[in-house]
Amino acid sequence: MKSLCLSAGLDALTSLRARWFQIYTLIFGGIVALFFLFGLTESRILGFIGLSRLLVTYIQLTIAIMPIFVLITTVRSVAGEREAGIYEYLLALPVSLAGWYWGKTLGRYVVIFAPVFLAMLGAVGWASLQGIEVPWNIFGYYTALLAVMAACFLGIGMLISALARSTDMAQGIAFVVWLGFLLFLDLILLGVMIQGKIAPETAVLMALTNPLQVFRTAALSLFDPQLIVLGPSAYVILDTFGATGYRVFALLYPLALGLVSALCGYLVFRRGDLP
Amino acid sequence: MIAPALQFNRVVKTFRRARVLDGVDLSIAAGERVALIGSNGAGKTTLIRCLLGEYVHSGQIRVHGLSPRQHRATVLTRVGFVPQLPPPLKMSVGQLVRFSAALCDAAPRDIYAVAERLGLDAARLATRLFVQLSGGMKQKLLIAIALGRRADLLILDEPAANLDPEARKTFFELLGERLGHATMLISSHRIDEVSALVGRVVEMDMGRIVLDDVVADAVALNSVVDCRVRVKRVEAAFAAALSEWNFSGDTSGLDWTGEVSGADRLRFLGVIARYTALIDDFSLTERKL
Repeated sequence: MKSLCLSAGLDALTSLRARWFQIYTLIFGGIVALFFLFGLTESRILGFIGLSRLLVTYIQLTIAIMPIFVLITTVRSVAGEREAGIYEYLLALPVSLAGWYWGKTLGRYVVIFAPVFLAMLGAVGWASLQGIEVPWNIFGYYTALLAVMAACFLGIGMLISALARSTDMAQGIAFVVWLGFLLFLDLILLGVMIQGKIAPETAVLMALTNPLQVFRTAALSLFDPQLIVLGPSAYVILDTFGATGYRVFALLYPLALGLVSALCGYLVFRRGDLP
Repeated sequence: MIAPALQFNRVVKTFRRARVLDGVDLSIAAGERVALIGSNGAGKTTLIRCLLGEYVHSGQIRVHGLSPRQHRATVLTRVGFVPQLPPPLKMSVGQLVRFSAALCDAAPRDIYAVAERLGLDAARLATRLFVQLSGGMKQKLLIAIALGRRADLLILDEPAANLDPEARKTFFELLGERLGHATMLISSHRIDEVSALVGRVVEMDMGRIVLDDVVADAVALNSVVDCRVRVKRVEAAFAAALSEWNFSGDTSGLDWTGEVSGADRLRFLGVIARYTALIDDFSLTERKL
């Protein structure tokens, strides 16, 4: 436990000082600030106005930015530290491997989730001060969705870091993984389905295993509960899960994917050469 | 029969197809001081990493009877390690000291005290990033972390390479204070760098041990040698070299006196040897302690 706490604290403090964290914080803080500045809360789309409109746009942008940011920064710093000889020195101290790995994961999780959440919290705080109504159900669910998204891609990033023996290799794999998720978003699958190359059920199944698509659909489901924009796929999703069931699935599945990935990463890390 | 402090049995380490350690057998008794020497690529660093439980390998390594991989925390609590190259740690000096001390159940003030003896006011530099320190300062801090706790196995990889003569002298004194209490494995690619520190030399080449010999050196680690040098003419480069060793010259600039750590005299003689043609008179006298 001591190893875990110390490693988590060390990684969080080191990350706070890193350039990537400053850029990361600036991006998410900046997005919210710009939304307010350009009056997004006063515009209307699909009947959404005020803070709901801001949160809907914010989560869509976060889904686009956060995964690649988390993947690349995680593999760069974790694999980079190993390559630079930092592991050789710090792992010569009596720190348990489990404490080190999970502490590092935990510290990093706090650091990547905090700016995204705080930016959203800041928006809610500002809206409250301005007398704008706060949609607490959307805020609560989006917070959970962001927390799960951070865990999912952090777990995948930790697995890639454990597998790759160099920073370049780790970055390459991370990029390919992200690209793979991106290629199999609904539009590509729709195209493949139209061409009749795969069965509709297979396409929907693929969409449901793609965490990026799961987040997109879950974010949509709050302001479009019937998932009309998804077309016929909505029937499969809603028939299988139901509206609430899908929202629960969208939290549990990526979380499980992230945890299983991180666990596999730990097993690889523990079994092989450490530096 | 007392179990050896360190035991290597047929240790083999292979990277892809390269056999970096090729069946190393070595036994080191508690309290022994062993130099691990060899050219670059001989396998010294790999052997040390296996010993620290960082590399998986075939064969067996035991530290006081325990596997460093399976009993990491227990084994590494007893180990003080100084790497050859300071890692680019992006944490402050204070964070590094607190982190190390907390893991090793040591007191940060003990680490700061050792750093102070080495000429590094680490407490004052607590907020400075480790990577921003000079090479010598980093080395002093890493030595302080290794020696500022109750480690009875010191694994030192070229530990004094970046130190100035004064800090080297203190470093030798610190090692001298551990004689009999700690087992030391000191790695270097040059025997003259470490011969005075050890009682045994193990040479590696191509992943094998090719020499295992005793060093007959009567000079104690904490001994001091008084030195006097007289030169034929004033030479700025020579004066600068001796000033680095804290020697003082007379008003003529021809007579120089100073003291050298007994363990460092071979290195000092190497410096003097560069100016052989300039030397008129030279004496070394071991001080009676």
